[in-house]
Amino acid sequence: MSENMGLAPPKSPPILLTREVVNAGFKQQVNELSGQHMDACYQCGNCSSGCPLAQEMDILPNRIIRLVQLGQRDDIINSETIWICASCFQCTVRCPRGIDIQAVMDALRQIALDEGIDHFGPDQISPELAASVPQPGLVGVYRKLAT
Amino acid sequence: MKRIGVFVCHCGINIAETVDVKRVAEEAMQMEGVTYAQDYIYMCSEPGQALVREKIKEENLDAIIIAACSPTLHESTFRAAAEEAGLNPWQCEIANIREQCSWVHTDREKATRKAINIVGTIVQKTRLNESLEPIPVSITKKALVIGGGIAGIQAALDIADSGYKVILVEKESSIGGHMAQLSETFPTLDCSQCILTPKMVAAGKHPNIELLTYSEIEEVSGYVGNFNVRIRRKAPFVDWSKCNGCGLCMEKCPAKVSSVFDRELTTHGAIYVPFPQAVPNKPVIVKDSCIYFKTGKCRLCEKVCEIGAINFEQEDQFIEEEVGAIITATGFETLPVADLAEYGAGDVPDVIDGLAFERLLSASGPTVGEVRRPSDGMVPKEIVFVQCAGSRDPERYKPYCSKICCMYTTKHALLYKHRVHDGQSYIFYIDIRTGGKGYEEFYHNAEEEEGIIYLRGKVAKIFRDGDKTVVWGTDTLTGRNIEIAADLVVLATAVIPKDSTAELVKKLRIHTGPNGFLSEAHPKLRPVESINSGFFIAGAAQGPRDIPETVAQASAAACKVISLFSRDHLEQDPAIAWVDEDLCGGCRICISVCPYDAREYDEEKGIVIVNEALCEGCGSCVAACACGATQQRNLSDSQIKSMVTASLRGE
Repeated sequence: MSENMGLAPPKSPPILLTREVVNAGFKQQVNELSGQHMDACYQCGNCSSGCPLAQEMDILPNRIIRLVQLGQRDDIINSETIWICASCFQCTVRCPRGIDIQAVMDALRQIALDEGIDHFGPDQISPELAASVPQPGLVGVYRKLAT
Repeated sequence: MKRIGVFVCHCGINIAETVDVKRVAEEAMQMEGVTYAQDYIYMCSEPGQALVREKIKEENLDAIIIAACSPTLHESTFRAAAEEAGLNPWQCEIANIREQCSWVHTDREKATRKAINIVGTIVQKTRLNESLEPIPVSITKKALVIGGGIAGIQAALDIADSGYKVILVEKESSIGGHMAQLSETFPTLDCSQCILTPKMVAAGKHPNIELLTYSEIEEVSGYVGNFNVRIRRKAPFVDWSKCNGCGLCMEKCPAKVSSVFDRELTTHGAIYVPFPQAVPNKPVIVKDSCIYFKTGKCRLCEKVCEIGAINFEQEDQFIEEEVGAIITATGFETLPVADLAEYGAGDVPDVIDGLAFERLLSASGPTVGEVRRPSDGMVPKEIVFVQCAGSRDPERYKPYCSKICCMYTTKHALLYKHRVHDGQSYIFYIDIRTGGKGYEEFYHNAEEEEGIIYLRGKVAKIFRDGDKTVVWGTDTLTGRNIEIAADLVVLATAVIPKDSTAELVKKLRIHTGPNGFLSEAHPKLRPVESINSGFFIAGAAQGPRDIPETVAQASAAACKVISLFSRDHLEQDPAIAWVDEDLCGGCRICISVCPYDAREYDEEKGIVIVNEALCEGCGSCVAACACGATQQRNLSDSQIKSMVTASLRGE
């Protein structure tokens, strides 16, 4: 029996789009920090389909970009995805629009760090777990600290 | 006794996989009258045709049967080959063992027996075939083009430039069509008027083009090469030969009429020209709106016209013309906003359609190119574009894609951004379709550089809230619903055929498809011809299409007409109906069943004759004739009886 029984299902409130929301600066901030152009993304989903850690993410990479396009800052900086990203560059080399998605993830982590949002560090990994984590994953974790 | 040769085609594996073609040839050899039979892998190939020609001579054949695909594909190919080898073309018959046998069966034994049976049936027909000669038909080398939009203008110019006369008929007082309403055109952003008006002027001045605007087709009779057309010239109540287009009458007219050209965003007087660059630049009086016609008083226009061009007594005139070919290019309409209940049914003032937005963007439009919304003239800062408004919705509206909306909506959003720099535009879409040269690049540029937000999902509801127009939609890419309080909403309404098309096609006796657009003879290989000889089609009357495609198609239709006119005379297939005058009792049942008006009662002889130029050889009258007086050449009763007998004997 789930302890959530009887609770209302998660809600999906509509996004209220205005030119202020779209142009509030979040998208521009990501563009500046990453050196990328968020509006270039046409949502083909190639980044998500090739991502080796996609199954662990709460929001797929293409949807992260989509939420940036629509100025949905809170959804992104509270997401697990930006920390699960191993910075393996798979998405970056495959993007048909030439967007360095890894750099976008770096930028998003930086914005989250500035907000003081806690994240996952290598010191939190037990030696047993570290032995089973793929190498790119560990490299990614150090990379995240460097941003 | 005729010497008949049978040639059995494998069609690669299309026939040979299901039908034992060698056995068909062997069995054919046993049939009465057959003196030669042979199979070959591709009979329509040059070596295959050479085999046919060679054997006609070597075997001294009087007739041949090609057992292969449908006669619609290669009958003419093999008849030409037969003629080259000295046979009369009507001594060549096709036995269809592909579409009617190998393609529809799987059991090899049964399919082979059926193929043999089909060949046997055609052998019976061939034994009694007569040699025929094509019937020559004269051609009037003058074309009629119906519709003066860009399709009609282009087709008329191409035909006229090749030296033939053209009558260009337009229902409105000026040519130009929808293209004259557009601001700029995708993907190059050429000013629509700038590229269109030179063509309008050229059509108006061309010595080979007779421009009949404010005119409609009343009646069409005749057949390819020889049509008789009756045209109504509606009374403009202005003597166009006197009028110098000064425009004083229009300034003084006190009546107010919603401008169709400006999508009802402005008004003009009861006497008007639709737009300043009109060709011809002559006004007409709308009788229903004219104060004089309604009340018997006013005649202000008459008073101000110094040259006395106003004529309230004018009546519609009728003219008769003879033409050899007819191009129908009557264009399109868009689904009325009023039909879209969930988008406000036309009652929300700031919900307009794409053509109205074109007028708002146009430098010659009601706002002189400034984007201002209809309700209060405010410059909208949040603007929502809704694609597929009535398209791709088989349950409630139109099942098809209107094709031009993805591109023109992107253009609208881009032009809006160029005029309102601090404005934000949103486009709701289902899919973005940008098939065309430079189209995808245009879309990417708009998305990337102009900050247009594309939202993938259909809009559910649009309603007014204070001075805002609220749009409820969804974005399937985030999985979230979207709400926008917009200042202006532009609907990309479905492209539909013009109301008047249905009536016109009845007069022309050409066909439309399930959605009311004109039908082509073949969707791939005969895209600009109607199935009825002498009728050609061009532009959006055939289906939604953009300007480049319309112009290409109009030139193609013109080319078909020019090719027709380049011949001295036409040749009509002689395998049509004929009447035994001694047997015909004059009951006229044939007249009632003939779909081509090819049967005519001859008062003097008391019989019904066949108009050989009109008869398409469908056989309806032959079947209906009670006394056997009407027969089809090379499909006589005795031929059909022997074919049926052969067919039944086979199984």
